[in-house]
Order: sequence, then C-alpha cells, then structure tokens
Amino acid sequence: MPIPIPQSLEPLLRLDGITKSFGAHRAVDTVSLDLAQGEFFCLLGPSGCGKSTLLRLLAGFETPDAGMIRLGGEDLTGLPPHRRPVNMMFQSYALFPHMSVAQNLAYGLQGLGLSRSAIAERVEGLVRLVKLEGFERRRPDKLSGGQRQRVALARALAREPRLLLLDEPLGALDRALREETQGELRALQRRLGTGFVVVTHDPEEAMALADRIGVMDRGRLVQVGPPRELYERPASRFVAGLLGDVNLIAGLLGLADGGLRSVHTELGPVRALASEALAGAGPGDPVVVALRPERLRLGVGDNALSGTLVDTAYLGDRVRRRIRMADGTILCASASLLDEAGGPVVGDSVSLGFAPQAGWVLPA
Amino acid sequence: MRRGGPVLGRWLVRAPPVLWLGVFFLVPFAITVKISLSTPVTAQPPYRPVLDWSAGIAGWRAFFEGLELTNYAMLAADSLYWEATLSSLAYAAGATAILVLIGTPMALAMARASARTQPLLVALVVVPFWTSFLIRVYAWIAILKPEGLLNAALLKFGLLVQPLEILNTPLAVMIGLTYAYLPFLVLPLYAVMSRLDTALPEAAADLGASRSRIFFSITLPLAMPGLVAGALLCFIPMVGEFIIPDLLGGSETLMLGRMLWIEFFSNRDWPIASAVAVLLLILVVGPVVIFRGAEEQREEALR
Repeated sequence: MPIPIPQSLEPLLRLDGITKSFGAHRAVDTVSLDLAQGEFFCLLGPSGCGKSTLLRLLAGFETPDAGMIRLGGEDLTGLPPHRRPVNMMFQSYALFPHMSVAQNLAYGLQGLGLSRSAIAERVEGLVRLVKLEGFERRRPDKLSGGQRQRVALARALAREPRLLLLDEPLGALDRALREETQGELRALQRRLGTGFVVVTHDPEEAMALADRIGVMDRGRLVQVGPPRELYERPASRFVAGLLGDVNLIAGLLGLADGGLRSVHTELGPVRALASEALAGAGPGDPVVVALRPERLRLGVGDNALSGTLVDTAYLGDRVRRRIRMADGTILCASASLLDEAGGPVVGDSVSLGFAPQAGWVLPA
Repeated sequence: MRRGGPVLGRWLVRAPPVLWLGVFFLVPFAITVKISLSTPVTAQPPYRPVLDWSAGIAGWRAFFEGLELTNYAMLAADSLYWEATLSSLAYAAGATAILVLIGTPMALAMARASARTQPLLVALVVVPFWTSFLIRVYAWIAILKPEGLLNAALLKFGLLVQPLEILNTPLAVMIGLTYAYLPFLVLPLYAVMSRLDTALPEAAADLGASRSRIFFSITLPLAMPGLVAGALLCFIPMVGEFIIPDLLGGSETLMLGRMLWIEFFSNRDWPIASAVAVLLLILVVGPVVIFRGAEEQREEALR
C-alpha cells in the first residue's frame, strides 16, 4: 500500500519522464523534475534545446508523448489549456490588440462566474500591482515596451494561477529596464508565493532571478541546482560554458590527493576539486580542468603556470587579460580593478596560479 | 530641365491610372448620365437630343434644353423598378449572408492548416477561375435541371420520388451566386486570418476561453476588415449580376441587371437602361462609402 504523502511535502509541480517528439526530432527527452511550493525556477539553454516546448507542455499547448505532469497532486497531463490552473506570459506578450489594457486584464476573469463589479475590482488591483494607473483605457499599441510587458504579466496573474509560466519575459526589454524589471519580478514572486517557471537563454538573467536553474541540452534536463552550484560546480563542459566564460585546460587524470585530484596538463601538473561525474574514472583518463577567469590570478601561488600577456581589455569594473601559454593555448584572467596597481604590459612574461578549490575537474 | 525631371517623373507615374479612370470610367459614365437624361426615339442613335456641333452656341442651348429627368421619374413611378431594386438587394444580401456563413469557417480552416498545405488549399479555391465564368454557370444548368445530375443522383439513391424543380427558381439563383462568389469572400478573409498572430488564440485559451469564445472574441473581431472587404467584393457585383439570374433564374427573376438588359436590347430604350445603370451605380457605391466612413471613424477612435 502506498504511503500517503503529507500535503506540505507534496511538490507544487512534478514532471515524470516527459517526452515529446516532432517527427523524428525529440524536442523534450524524458524530463523529470520536482518544483517546490513558491519556487522561482529558470529553464536555461541555447535556442532549440527544448525549453520552450517544455513550457508549452506545462501550459497544455502540446501533449506529451509519454510521462506525467502533476500540479499539487492533480494530474494535468490530458487537460486542455483552458482547464489548467496554470497561466503563461508569452514571449511576444500576445496582448489582444483590439482591446484596452483593462479589457485585456479582464479577459481571463470573465467566465469565472464573477460579478461585473468584482471583475472591475480585480482589474483595478492588477493595474495597481503593475503600476499602470491611468493607462487602463489605452490599446496595447499605444504603450511602451515596458508597459506592455507589465500588462502581459498582470494578465497572466489575473486568474491567480498556482503556477506561472514566463517565456523569455524580459527578452524584449532594453538592458537598463531589464535589470530593474528582474528585481520587480523577484519581489512580486516572493510576495505572491506563486510558483514561477521562466524560460530564458540568458545565464545572467537566470542567475539573477532563480532559486534553482535547470539547464537543458538537446531535449534533456542535464543539471538542476541553485545558480552558485551551476556556476561553480557544473556537471559538464556544456553547463560550464553555458553559465559564463570558462577556461578549459585539457589533461590526464592523476591520483587522488586528499580531497583533490591531480591532473597532468600540457601546462604542468595541477591540483583541483573533481566533479562527481569522475567518481568512476581512474588515472590516465582524459579530463579538463574548468576554471573561471576571475579565479585565475596573476602572481605565484598554488598551481603555478606561466605564459605571455597578449592582450589587456579594460572593462570598467575589471580588466580582462589574455595570456598565451607555452603550448599555445590562450587562458583568460579577469581581475577586479580594486586589486590593480600598475600590472604587466602586453608582451611581458607573467606567472599565474589558482587555488585548488577554484579549479573543477570534469570529464573531457 | 533638371528641376523638371522629378515632376515629370511624378506625372508619368500618375498619368496611367488617371487616364485609365478618365477614359474607361468617367467618360463612359458621363455618356451614360447624358443618355439617361434623354428621350427615346426610333432613330440612329435611338435617343434625343444629339449635340449639333455645327450650330455653335444655339446647338449647345438646344442640346441642354432637350435634357430632362423623365426617365428617373418613370423609375420612381413604376413599381416594377422598385421591385427589381429591392429584389436585387435582397438576392445580394441573402447570398452575402450565406457566403459569410460558408466562407468564414472555410477561411479559418485554411489559415489553420499546416504551412505546407496552405498553398494547395489556396490553389483549390482559385482553380475554378481557369474555366470561363459563363461555362461554369452553364454547368449548373446541367446539374440543376429536372433531368440533371442532382436529380438523377437523388432519384437513383431513392431519396426522391419526383425530380426537384430547382432550375428557374430563386433557389437556383442563390446557388449560382453562392457558388460563383465564394472565392471573393474566402480569399481576402483568409489573407487576414493567416496573418493573425497564432499566440493570440493560445493566450485566450490559456486565460480560460473555450474555442467558441476564442473565435467570437479574438479571431472574428481581428479578421473583421477581411470579412467586410470580402463581403463588399461579393455584394457589389451581385447587385448588378446579370448572367446568373438570366441563365439559372428564368424569365420570372427580377433583378436590375436583367431589367437593364431587357430595356437595352429588347426594348431598345437606351435612356431608361442608362437610368437603371446610374441607379445601380448609386446602390453599389453607397455601401462602399458607408464602409469607408465607418473605417475612418474606427481609426479615429483608436487614436
């Protein structure tokens, strides 16, 4: 007899082996995932990785070939979109062009059996929520991009969904507005306690928004974890490269050394932390050492390397240096300007090093 | 000359449509209006007055004094013309309504079809134009006549005991009008519907709307310009339609196009035929002007 799960432990959303193919192309491949109540989750991946298809499966615009979608214990798998307690904010916003802001917001409330005055009250609340007072009677084409984005968000929240799906919600905004809106979106999500699933291709946005990020690659969910874990302890070269710039130093696995592994690289022996993915690997197996540019420091220390400075780029808050190593590979080191005083010039020989805990050994 | 270049170019661009409209619309229309103000006579040409160019000013004066509104008075006084007018409008309005009911789901289905089948469906709608209009209407005689294809089939399958009398009835006219004008309704409507953002109906479904609510609240309002354009494209020529009522409707059918034909060819009364033509033009231009006005008002309201 199955043991009943207490309500509080029941995840908000449970995906179990979701698979969806279009012809021979497997867009989503056996994805399983649990989302906690009130969690802010980001699906991150390059275009065509299946993240948008997964979102459309959650909304009900596509039906999975296999697998199950449960929301708060209720099976959603076969339900059409208009019967799901889930709402979606579309990438294009999909605002109804022939309706005013207020009519757009009221659209989802009609048919819920609410009175006219109750609808008007809810619409007013939504308008206040996204700070669009005074724009109620405008048509979408008479709004700015940021205002349209807020109408789309408010419209998706109108029916008080248990789960809100957001497809590239900030993709159409310019940089300054995007950062401001990220903060607002986060604050709104905390206040409402609604589960959010955001699809994005922008790693910075995913890290700024999410409690947890799920990385997708060719239909598969390859790693799920908090932003820091994904950035610093990626499970594969793909995840390492997707989350930000990374130096990959090829080598052969050496022996375990305390909690660290030694690696014989073309640049000399180094020691670094090893990923669990290497648990079964033995000495002599090909590996790469992943090293974020900000972890590679000038000067002598652990894991000493040397090379020639070929380029210095001043980026305002930091400098980025490119260093050619003895075997011709180029490593990238970025340093905060606070630590800088003078520094080497292009053509100088430089010594480099990194802390063993900063390096991360991955399968090649 | 260098400054004149662009001006000359602009006029070269403008001249063809202006000339076209002038030569093929305005001049013939002026002649028609003139004849509609004349009196029929048994002569060549069969109306009077005719401008006598050699008489100078006196000729012009005689010409204008000869013009009168009697033909229009006759149109107004004779109930036959009223009936023909109303019946033409009723046929055109009825057929347009049927076309909207048939054509809207058709255009919607075409717009929803996969990107690969859409060109094929458009080709299927257009393909009847490869055959002459007249021949296609004749084909309907073969289908609808008492011993025609339709009756033969219905009798054969035992659905009828006696052949249906369809040819030479108003029903045959409606069938003919609906058949002949369907592409003119479907194509503009399809053009608008296929350009609608597919995310809009999805967003509506996401917000809890059923299929019928999506259609009436999102798809139809957004496709309205295409529907109105298509309906006008059908309604206008149907008011003056001659071939379909003449071939399928029989001698009893009262439509302005047939009246015009009878007055012109059978009665050789060019002036009254011209007056009918002018009346027809006014009937047909009316809806367009109203539509344009409504359209402008709507755009004004959106501003």
